[in-house]
Amino acid sequence: MNMIQAINSAMDIIMTRDPDVIVMGEDVGYFGGVFRATAGLQAKHGKTRVFDTPITECGIIGVAVGMGAYGLRPVPEIQFADYIYPALDQLVSEAARLRYRSAGEFTSPITVRSPFGGGIFGGQTHSQSPEGLFTHMSGIKTVIPSTPYDAKGLLIAAIEDNDPTLFFEPKRIYNGPFDGYWDRPSQNWSKHPAGEVPTGYYKIELGKAKIVRAGEALTILAYGTMVHVCAAVVAEAGIDAEIVDLRTLVPLDIETIEASVKKTGRCMIVHEATRTSGFGAELSAIVQERCFYHLEAPIERVTGFDTPYPHSLEWAYFPGPVRIGEALKKIMKDA
Amino acid sequence: MASEHPRANLQPLTLHIPEPKFRPGDAVDFADVDVPPAGEARRPDTADKASDFTDLAYTLVRVLDDDGNAVGPWDPKLSPDVLRRMLRSMALLRAFDERMFRAQRQGKTSFYMKALGEEAVAVAAAYALDYEDMCFPSYRQQGLLIARGWSLVDMMNQIYSNTADRLGGKQLPIMYSVKEAGFFSISGNLTTQYPQAVGWAMASAAKGDTRIAATWCGEGSTAEGDFHSACTFAAVYRAPVIFNVVNNQWAISSFSGFAGAEATTFAARAVGYGIAGLRVDGNDALAVYAATQWAAERARTNQGPTLIEHFTYRAEGHSTSDDPGQYRSEGEPNAWPLGDPIKRLKDHLIVIGEWDDERHAAQDKELAEQVKAAQKEAEKNGILGHGLHQPLESLFDGVFEELPWHLKEQRQQMLDEEAASGRPWDRKA
Repeated sequence: MNMIQAINSAMDIIMTRDPDVIVMGEDVGYFGGVFRATAGLQAKHGKTRVFDTPITECGIIGVAVGMGAYGLRPVPEIQFADYIYPALDQLVSEAARLRYRSAGEFTSPITVRSPFGGGIFGGQTHSQSPEGLFTHMSGIKTVIPSTPYDAKGLLIAAIEDNDPTLFFEPKRIYNGPFDGYWDRPSQNWSKHPAGEVPTGYYKIELGKAKIVRAGEALTILAYGTMVHVCAAVVAEAGIDAEIVDLRTLVPLDIETIEASVKKTGRCMIVHEATRTSGFGAELSAIVQERCFYHLEAPIERVTGFDTPYPHSLEWAYFPGPVRIGEALKKIMKDA
Repeated sequence: MASEHPRANLQPLTLHIPEPKFRPGDAVDFADVDVPPAGEARRPDTADKASDFTDLAYTLVRVLDDDGNAVGPWDPKLSPDVLRRMLRSMALLRAFDERMFRAQRQGKTSFYMKALGEEAVAVAAAYALDYEDMCFPSYRQQGLLIARGWSLVDMMNQIYSNTADRLGGKQLPIMYSVKEAGFFSISGNLTTQYPQAVGWAMASAAKGDTRIAATWCGEGSTAEGDFHSACTFAAVYRAPVIFNVVNNQWAISSFSGFAGAEATTFAARAVGYGIAGLRVDGNDALAVYAATQWAAERARTNQGPTLIEHFTYRAEGHSTSDDPGQYRSEGEPNAWPLGDPIKRLKDHLIVIGEWDDERHAAQDKELAEQVKAAQKEAEKNGILGHGLHQPLESLFDGVFEELPWHLKEQRQQMLDEEAASGRPWDRKA
């Protein structure tokens, strides 16, 4: 399965198991979504459980919050994460706080799916990575898979979770892993072990990172598309790096991070989002607080730039192999 | 070409900034507020198409006339018993507001908001809805809880953030949440409850339930994007929801003109969405009841949403933090042409021979005693001014269903700091 099929399978399975799960969003119904993630769900589960919505993100999330308060488990889709900003208030002031402010009388068991990230020539409005905005706000969970296998297991866990969850799908790797070299032939999930996805039910606990590659020389913390880019760079550079795929940013798997950095003594953080106040800043602070006396080099951050995503200069913005390679040299300089 | 039309010959553009008719010191004359005679507005069948009665979005549905008679097709013909209960709820709301307002002034809590002058809006609607229907209120619909017979002590506990506060001291006073009484958790962010009410109503419809949702916002916050998103969703899916716009003329110090009132009515917002719209005398409990009942019937028979503008007046300040004397004429509340909703319902009951001034005065006295007794009871659980009432560690409860490590760590840090402060648990009640 590719990641889209895995996500589709997750929704199909959970809708079959739980009649309270509802899928809604722009174009998700009859058409099955612009990325086809909801294809076939309406035909199978009916129009009142899978339906198209007006183009109002604030409305989509606000309505989902109300449905959640009724007792349903809505899975709203925001077609591109760049369009989540009109829904920001409903997400962070309402969904994220409803349990807290009502002392548990009302909750928002919603899972917001949204394709995010660049690398597809989507320009400024189809490429952004807004995860840092949400990790900054208390009460909402943030999940980012990097493989079809993880995507399915994590999405099922997110939908079954009773807290509001953002499920950001790295759209650059919907169809196959990406090594960061845009001018090389693209790969396919069918040739990757994580593309082997069971057709039945399984879930992956939220808050658990995965060690993608065990190593001793340094720890690389990454998520989504960047996991694959880092793996490719590390393989070509022949460095014995430990690559940790965070999988969920909130809650964060602190134990895996801490153990890895203490073991390797070096930490590099890689994400596509803009640098300033990005989630890398939080990771860097956490590692510094907990592992300072184990560090043998300053923490390195490799990120997107503090600019909008530039259409024709996309590959200059993208933290690809060149930038990651330079950072690797820098952090390993005294090794 | 632009150059062929020298700009020097064009009239300069001007920017219109709305201005209310009266400011502090001005004499008030509401003669230009159009108040059509009671009984005049037609009452369409609830199955009629919304486009067949758009005129009702531009007039004022009124039942009680100036002499206290109930007239016209919207008269809900309620029994004297129901009328008396409605009157009692409205008077209880006023007594409650009065006492809690004073409690704030006495430093017993941080904040309060009265519904003075608009008691009919929430109370009459509560009587017209089923108890099982879900209300998504704004911050001035405490009348819903009172009309639904909810415990005054429980409401006061919330206002005092005391040991018995069902919300554990986590919300601003008056931001109640009472799921049991169909009262959704109030948000301080305006009109966010509108799409949520639509979602609840859509969920009810999707599950084949029979319950409907109702929601309230002020006229000022119809400018929020959520309002328009909600109207679009409700119209598209014919959600069984009632939108109430409480046009009480003032959004803190901004008059209704800043929400667009100079150009049209708020009920007319419905027309553009193809939603049924009614403009109602919000100080006429019978009109509010009748309109709500009519809208509820539309919702329950799958005719879709209704938007009701309640034309009323906020006779008090916005909240205890507001001084309306700074921005509006003090003559306004008394000159308001629709009168006092409690007096109008009381006069009606007297006209039909079911009430009298003595009974009313006795009831007021009894209600004041009831509120006073409730306050005494609530204050046994503490008042906000007397320090913390909740265990410190409860600060972290409810961010998530289960506490993740980083919140556990922060909680431990807080407790350690408190213990190390030399005055551990000082701030407990």
